[in-house]
Amino acid sequence: MTLSAADYLAVWPEILVLVMVCVILVVDLFLRESQRVIGYALALATLAAAAGLIALSSMPGRVVALNGMFVDDPLADALKIAVCLVAGVVVVYSRGYATARGLFKGEFFCLVLFAALGMMVMISANHLLMLYLGLELLSLSLYALVALQRDSRDATEAAMKYFVLGALASGLLLYGMSMIYGATGQLEIPKVAATIAEGRANSTILMFGLVFLVAGVGFKLGAVPFHMWVPDVYQGAPTAVTMFIGTAPKLAAFAFVMRLLVETLGAPALVAEWRQMLTLLAVASLAVGNVAAIAQTNLKRMLAYSTISHMGFLLLGVIAARPDGYGAAMFYAMVYAMTGLGAFGMILLLARDGFEADRLEDFKGLNRRSPWYAFLMLLLMFSMAGVPPTVGFYAKLAVIEAVVQAGQVWLAIVAVLMSLIGAFYYLRMVKLMYFDEPSDTAPISADMGVRVLLSINGLAALAVGLLPGWLMALCQKAIQGSL
Amino acid sequence: MSFQTAIFYAFAAILLFAALRVITARNPVHSALFLVLAFVTAAGLWMLLEAEFLAIVLVLVYVGAVMVLFLFVVMMLDINLDRLREGYWDYLVPALVVAGVMVLEMATILLGRYFSLEGMPRPSPRPADYSNTRELGRLVYTEYVYPFEVAAVLLLVAIVAAIALTLRARKDSKFQDPARQVKVKRADRVRLVSMPAEKPAGGGKEG
Repeated sequence: MTLSAADYLAVWPEILVLVMVCVILVVDLFLRESQRVIGYALALATLAAAAGLIALSSMPGRVVALNGMFVDDPLADALKIAVCLVAGVVVVYSRGYATARGLFKGEFFCLVLFAALGMMVMISANHLLMLYLGLELLSLSLYALVALQRDSRDATEAAMKYFVLGALASGLLLYGMSMIYGATGQLEIPKVAATIAEGRANSTILMFGLVFLVAGVGFKLGAVPFHMWVPDVYQGAPTAVTMFIGTAPKLAAFAFVMRLLVETLGAPALVAEWRQMLTLLAVASLAVGNVAAIAQTNLKRMLAYSTISHMGFLLLGVIAARPDGYGAAMFYAMVYAMTGLGAFGMILLLARDGFEADRLEDFKGLNRRSPWYAFLMLLLMFSMAGVPPTVGFYAKLAVIEAVVQAGQVWLAIVAVLMSLIGAFYYLRMVKLMYFDEPSDTAPISADMGVRVLLSINGLAALAVGLLPGWLMALCQKAIQGSL
Repeated sequence: MSFQTAIFYAFAAILLFAALRVITARNPVHSALFLVLAFVTAAGLWMLLEAEFLAIVLVLVYVGAVMVLFLFVVMMLDINLDRLREGYWDYLVPALVVAGVMVLEMATILLGRYFSLEGMPRPSPRPADYSNTRELGRLVYTEYVYPFEVAAVLLLVAIVAAIALTLRARKDSKFQDPARQVKVKRADRVRLVSMPAEKPAGGGKEG
């Protein structure tokens, strides 16, 4: 059981992020209030370097390291790069907002990086223990981030709810994992799968464990009926943190579902079981998410319900239980992270010192104030609704196609109907921006980096929609290379 | 009945008694001390199971550190006992129901065939020079080094989060900064104001 240099080379990106977090923690002590930008630059450099390292060291096959704890496969590479990029964009977008609210400090960057590290650990987990530890690292950082604005009552309440429900979900997951361990005597994912395939596991205990695992996954994804925390946390958390919670962890959650349900419990008998459970979750999420979003007046809350419905779509791809379905779900997760970044970025752009811009009416007449940003928001909303030239349409199409291929036409019909209902509240945003009088006429100010990045973000929703082939091919290849 | 079985039953009885007294003792300091007794007895039970390292850690960490902290808090805070006892009987019934259900559940699992004694054979006895601690250390630092490190990172996050959420630099706190005191120049403290020379007041203006 000796570890070689190759073992450590495989986790090099994770080690880099960890070392840099420690560096930022120490450097931050010596920075004055006016020099906080150094921590910001270091955080961005870390994320860029980690993404670069992963891209450079990516290999077509599976590399297992550290005594079977860690796996580096194309799926892990693609998702980890995406997580680093998303976290980087979150940091850039949050700058103005965080500065105005006293959040622009070392702890913010460190916690974001810790969360990114947790997601990377989770994505590359080859052992149930690592899945759990990565998830806890992510969750703990997120709880702290939500509560970081400690003088805000809403933020504290949101953090408390998130913490209690998150702890409950972690307990469920851990209990499920212990059942799997009890049934198979193994924790390493391929070994668990092998034991189940050989029929040496007790199926009753396995089923018991599966139920707990699906419940835990449902909590973490925010799928109905485990969605109660999502709207409150999204609304109560500082918008910059909401943006982070709403984007990067969804990518990690997809990896979590893949590792736990597809790789660990991928035996045909178990697949049939979890497909049923996920179908229930997906249909309920699509229905509740889309219908409840209509009634919201707070944009962050509306986007929370919209997330719930998007998670329903993501689950549809998994339910197809075919490689192309998993690829479609991965594509969906990436697209959702991108459009989510843009939508929350827009709220951050309009927010000022002491003004949150998180109500629907704050977007009234945006076209009069700035036609360009109104156009970008239009693209993002169209993408979320799934209007054809944008990327959201293609993502939904791919998922629904996979479901139809898997022979579940009724599920596809439900999904289409629900996204029709969902289109209402996205288009209402467009109506508010283009056809209403502005109620707020303050000029929109942001630094150059945010303007450029937000523009790229919005246009990407259109550009990737026109040319979706490469991203789709990337997702499919990652899935095929990893299964 | 072998000597070991006798010890087991004795320890188990003490453990149950101590655990009961933790929740029934009127004085919170007594409760805390009974909790210490419960921990030490549980450590003894683990010792019987040949888990020496865990037994020692339980005593060192829980009795040595956590319980001392508990006692500090209990002794320093002025706890209103009557308010703590409020609703004791109201909560007792639901608590008993929950406890009953839990006991039933555990009984079904433990007495069922999946986790019966036949299903989990007794491990072969270890030689006398077998070191539980060394084996644990070997596993933690070789096979499980990655989870071990990640768990350490988790603790680091907990420290960062706890400090970030609770540490407040008070604006009204008064302190001396020797470095600034040493570096001070005359110009910082003394201001020379040139004023026109005043005529003698002439007496008696102020009275």
